Amino acid sequence: MLDNKGHPNRLGIWGWLGGGRWGFERYLYTLHRLTGLGLLCYFLLHIFVTSARAYGQDAWAASMGRVTGGLFTAGEFLVFAAFAFHAANGVRLALIELGIAIGKPIEPVYPYRTSVHEQRRLAIGVMVVAGLVLAAGGYNFFVHLTH
Amino acid sequence: MRDQRLWTWHVLAGLVILVLLGLHMGIMHLDTLLGWFNPPDMKPVAWGAVLQRARMGFFTVSYIVLLGAALFHGLYGLRNILFELAPGRGVKSALNVFLAAGGVGLFVFGAWAAWAAGVLARTL
Repeated sequence: MLDNKGHPNRLGIWGWLGGGRWGFERYLYTLHRLTGLGLLCYFLLHIFVTSARAYGQDAWAASMGRVTGGLFTAGEFLVFAAFAFHAANGVRLALIELGIAIGKPIEPVYPYRTSVHEQRRLAIGVMVVAGLVLAAGGYNFFVHLTH
Repeated sequence: MRDQRLWTWHVLAGLVILVLLGLHMGIMHLDTLLGWFNPPDMKPVAWGAVLQRARMGFFTVSYIVLLGAALFHGLYGLRNILFELAPGRGVKSALNVFLAAGGVGLFVFGAWAAWAAGVLARTL
């Protein structure tokens, strides 16, 4: 991350909430950060919960017993949804960083087109992929709930 | 320069996570569709399924690699978010030390758990 050159970050985290003229991709940016923070919180707990397997079957059963029930199942599905979004959007960000799918430079002729117009198709594409992964995960959770 | 190097590692760690966490999610949360590395008629978190995976050296290695990549990616991402709030130099230094020490500590603990589970599974 580059240091800001003396320009204070006036909006702070409130700046995450409004897309303004940046539109769809700005909301993906906000959601990417929120899902990233959510996944990090879950992951830190996950390290401790799953470490119980090193102590044997009883410790594992006790550890799993502490994270069962409707609330945890719903939370687990949210984690899966956060993973699907964060992974798909992360691929989009990496591709854009590598200069892929941003279009070629063109003459600024009215009606003006920007790189965002080119990137939009990729953004929609990765969201469709995230939606399909989420649907598959939702089906899996549903099967486990009903069996 | 240092931040550019760390950012490159952040992106590369994301790629590693995409593959290994994708595999982990496929095993744990798409088991009815894929059925990868799970004994038949057994939930992925059942002790028998956990033992079966723990016996495979591939999973021990992949868990440790995933642990390291995810800790770096997550904690570096958190550091970037916090640094955007323009804290003072002293706070930045303290955050660097706290996140690095916390990350190393969690890695050592998680890697030990993955290794010890593998050893336990092979003795049972």
